[in-house]
Amino acid sequence: MALHRKASQDGLAWHSTAVVIATVVAIPVGVLAFSVLSPSVDVWRQQWNTRLPRQLVETSILLCGVGVGSLLVGGGLAWLVSAYQFPGSRVFNWLLIAPLAVPSYVLGFVTLSVFGFTGPIQGWWREIFGQDAWFPPIRSLGGAIIVFTLVLYPYVFLLARAALADQAGSSYQVARSLGARPFEAARRVMFPQLRPALAAGVAIVAMETLTDFGTVQYFGIDTVSVGVFRIWRGTFDLDAASEFATLVLLFAFVVIGLERLGRGRAKFGEAGGAASGLVQRRLRGIRSVLAFLLCGVVLTLSFAAPTIQLLTWAISEATGPRGTPLLERFAEFLANTLLLAAIVAIVCGVGAILVANAVRFSGRSGTRLAARVASVGYAVPGPVVAIGSVFVLVGLDDGLGLIGIGLPGAVATGSLIGLVYAQTVRYLAPALQTVEAGIEQVPHEMTGAARSLGSRPRSVVASVHLPLARTSVLTGLVLVTVDVLKELPIVLLLRPIGFDTLSVWTFNLASESRFEQAALPAVAIIIVAMIPVGLLARQLSRGAS
Amino acid sequence: MSEPLPLVASEVWKIFDGVTAVSGVSLELGEGETVALVGPSGCGKSSLLRMIAGLDGVDGGEIQLQGVLVDDGQSRVMPEHRSVGIVFQEHALFGHLTVAQNVGFGLRTRSRSDCQARVAEMLALIDLPEFSDRFPHELSGGERQRVALARALAPGPTVMLFDEPFASLDQNLRVQLREQVAQVLDSTNTPALFVTHDPREALALGDRIAVMRAGQIEQVGVPEEIYRQPSTMFVASFMDEANFLSITKDGSGWSTVLGAVEQGSEGDFVAMVRPSDVEFASDDSGDSRIQRCEYAGSHWLLQVRLRTGDEVVALAGPDSRPDVGDRGTLGLRPGARQVVVCQS
Repeated sequence: MALHRKASQDGLAWHSTAVVIATVVAIPVGVLAFSVLSPSVDVWRQQWNTRLPRQLVETSILLCGVGVGSLLVGGGLAWLVSAYQFPGSRVFNWLLIAPLAVPSYVLGFVTLSVFGFTGPIQGWWREIFGQDAWFPPIRSLGGAIIVFTLVLYPYVFLLARAALADQAGSSYQVARSLGARPFEAARRVMFPQLRPALAAGVAIVAMETLTDFGTVQYFGIDTVSVGVFRIWRGTFDLDAASEFATLVLLFAFVVIGLERLGRGRAKFGEAGGAASGLVQRRLRGIRSVLAFLLCGVVLTLSFAAPTIQLLTWAISEATGPRGTPLLERFAEFLANTLLLAAIVAIVCGVGAILVANAVRFSGRSGTRLAARVASVGYAVPGPVVAIGSVFVLVGLDDGLGLIGIGLPGAVATGSLIGLVYAQTVRYLAPALQTVEAGIEQVPHEMTGAARSLGSRPRSVVASVHLPLARTSVLTGLVLVTVDVLKELPIVLLLRPIGFDTLSVWTFNLASESRFEQAALPAVAIIIVAMIPVGLLARQLSRGAS
Repeated sequence: MSEPLPLVASEVWKIFDGVTAVSGVSLELGEGETVALVGPSGCGKSSLLRMIAGLDGVDGGEIQLQGVLVDDGQSRVMPEHRSVGIVFQEHALFGHLTVAQNVGFGLRTRSRSDCQARVAEMLALIDLPEFSDRFPHELSGGERQRVALARALAPGPTVMLFDEPFASLDQNLRVQLREQVAQVLDSTNTPALFVTHDPREALALGDRIAVMRAGQIEQVGVPEEIYRQPSTMFVASFMDEANFLSITKDGSGWSTVLGAVEQGSEGDFVAMVRPSDVEFASDDSGDSRIQRCEYAGSHWLLQVRLRTGDEVVALAGPDSRPDVGDRGTLGLRPGARQVVVCQS
C-alpha cells in the first residue's frame, strides 16, 4: 500500500485550483465594486450635469421595454408551439431560435437602412402619401426595443419551452382534468410554475441589452454602457471609466434582484422529470393560418429577411465597382475572429472542466462556493468586465515593471491577453454551467468505483468523467463560441491596435452608415454562428421527437 | 504471530455538517468471512462503508486493512491505493466502455495478454463468458451487477464491499444473484462486508451480522443469535415480527402473561417472543380472543387479545380455520422460551 497522505491535504489541490480560478474571475468585478467606496465627486458632478439623467432614464425604459417585449414574444411563441399543432409547428419548434445567430447590432443597422428615412420603405411611403407623410420614427427608443426584442426573444422562448415540456405543462393538463377552464388553469397552475423560467429568460435578455453599446449607438440612444465606452475611448481615464462602469453594475444588480423576485420561492431547473408535458391540440381553419403567420412573421423579421437583405448587399457589393473596403483583409479578420473564439472557448472549457471536477473531488463546501463565484461574470455586463480587466492588467503591468520585467508594450493594451482574459471572465459561466451539469450526471458511485479500482482523480477525469460528459462539454464550448463570435463591447474596448475581428469591421462600417458594405462581414458572422446554433437546434428537434 | 485481520475499524466517527452519521463504531472482518451490516436507511451504514473504501475520511477513530493503518483522521490512504473492491446498488458500470473494458478497468498495470486472460477468467466466474463486447445498456439489471462484481474482483482486492447491491432488483432475481455472489466470494475466499436494509438478506448472506441504528452498532453476532437472542427491542423487531411482553415480579421469580422468564427487572427490560413460538389453542372457555387474522399462505397470523388487555401475535397452521371472535388459550410452543431484551 502506498504512502500515507495528510488527511487535511486530501483534495486540496483541486480545491485550490477552483479557488484560484474563481479569484481570477472575480477580481475585475471586485475591483470595480470596490472603487464605488471612493467616488470621485468631480466626475459624477460633471456627468450628472450633462448626460447622466438622460442615460438613466433611457437605460431604464430600454430594459423594461425589451424585457416586456421578449416576455410576450418568447413566452407567447413557446406556448403556441407547445400547446398547439398547426402547419409547420414542429419546424418552428426549433427554427424559432435562429435569431440567436444574429448579433443585435447587425439587425439594428439592417433595420435602420431598410426602414430608416433614406431607406426603400420610407421612400415608397413618401411617393404614395406625399413628402410630409407621417412615418413612425425608426431611429428611436421604440425602434431599438423592437430590434432587441426580435434578436433576444429566443432566450425566453428556449427556457419557457423547456418548462412547458416538463412540469408546468403537465400540471396545466392536470388542472384541466380537475375541471379548471383553460384561462383559470393557466393562471392558477401553469403560470406560477412557468414563472421561474420566464424570470430567468427575461433576466438574460435584460443583461444582453444592458451589455450592448453597438445597437444603441446606431439608434442614437444614450445608455450607461454607452457612457462607459465614451469615457474610456474618449479619455482613457481608467478611474472615471471604472466609476461609471459601477453604474452599469448597479443596473445588473437590479436585474438580478428583480429576477429573484419574479422567480418567487420556486426553484428553477426541475427539468428532466417524468412529467409528460402538454397534450397538443390541433388548430384548424383560420386559427391555424394565424398561428403559422405569427411564427412566420417573427422569423422573417428577425432572421430570414435581414439575412437575405445582407446576402443581396454582399453580392452586389462584391460584383459592383465600389467593393467592400478592406476586402483584402477579409481572411485576416475571419481568422482573427475564429482564433479569438477558439482561444476563449478552450480557456473557458479547460477552466470549466477543472472547476466542475474540483467540486466532485475536493470534498469541501468552499469549492461549491468557488464554482458559483467563478460564474459571476455572466451576470456582469461586458463594459464592466472590460474596464475591470484593464484595471487588473494595468496593475499587472506595473507589478512586472517593478520587479524589472519590462515587456515590449503593455500587457493590458498591447496584446491579446486582455481581450482573452475579459472574455473568459464573462463567458466562463455558460461553459461551467453545462460542463457541471454533465459531470453531475455521472453518479458519485461511478467516481468511487473508478477510484477503488486504482485510478487517481486525474485519470478518473480523463477516462470516466470526460468521455461520459462529452456532449455537455461540447455544448458548453458551442455556447461560448457563439457568444465570442457575436461579442462586440469587450472587443471594441480591449482589442490591441490593428487587431480587427468581423464584428469590429461590421460595427465600424455600419457606424459610418456604409450598410451595404458592412453586409459581407455581417453575413459572415451570421453564417459562422449558424453552425453552433444549428447544433443546438438539432438537439432540440431530437428532444421533441 | 497470527495473520492480521483483513479489516479492523476501531471507534470510527463521521460527522457531516454537525450531524453525527457514525458515532464510535468498531467492526472486524475475519479471513474469508462475510459480514452483513444491516439497519434502516439513514443509520450510517453506507457512510461507514465509504470510509472503509477511502471515499470519505474518518473524523475520529481508525481503520486498518491487513494490518496497515489506512486512516486515523490525520493521515489517510487514498481509495486508489487501498486494494478494496466495491459494488454499488446501481449506475456504477462505465457506460462508455464494453463489459470487457469495464472488467479490465482496474488491471491497467498488467500486460495486455495477462489482462485479457484475467478478464476472461472473471467473465467465466460470473457465468457471462460471451458478454465481453456488450455495452452496459445492453444488459439486464442482474447481469450488470454480475459484471460490477467481476470488475471489482478482477484486481484481486483484499476486501470486498457491497452497498445494497441487490436493492434495485426484483425479488426472484435478488435471491438468485445472492446465491451466485455468495458462491463467487466463497470460491475466491475474499472477505466481504455487505451493507443492506433487508434483514432476510442479512440472515441469508452473513457469516456474522452487525445491526446498526442511528450511527451505532447495536449488536453483532451469528445470524441465529441475532434472530433468536436479540439484545434490544430494536434488533428484535427490525429482524422480524416480535411480541414484547412486560415482566412482573411474582414472589419467587419473574414472569409474563405467557409464563415464567429467567431474569428481569421492571422498567428497563421486556420479554420478547416470536409469533412462531406462540400457540393458540381453540377453547370456548378460554380467556383469549382473536381480534384479527391474516392468511399468509404457509400459515395464519393471528392477533390475539388476552383478558389482561395485552395483545399478542401468534401463528397458526395452514389447515386451521381461525375466525375473528374465536376464543381460546395462548401458550408457548414446546421448547420455546421468552428472551429478555433491553427496552431502550
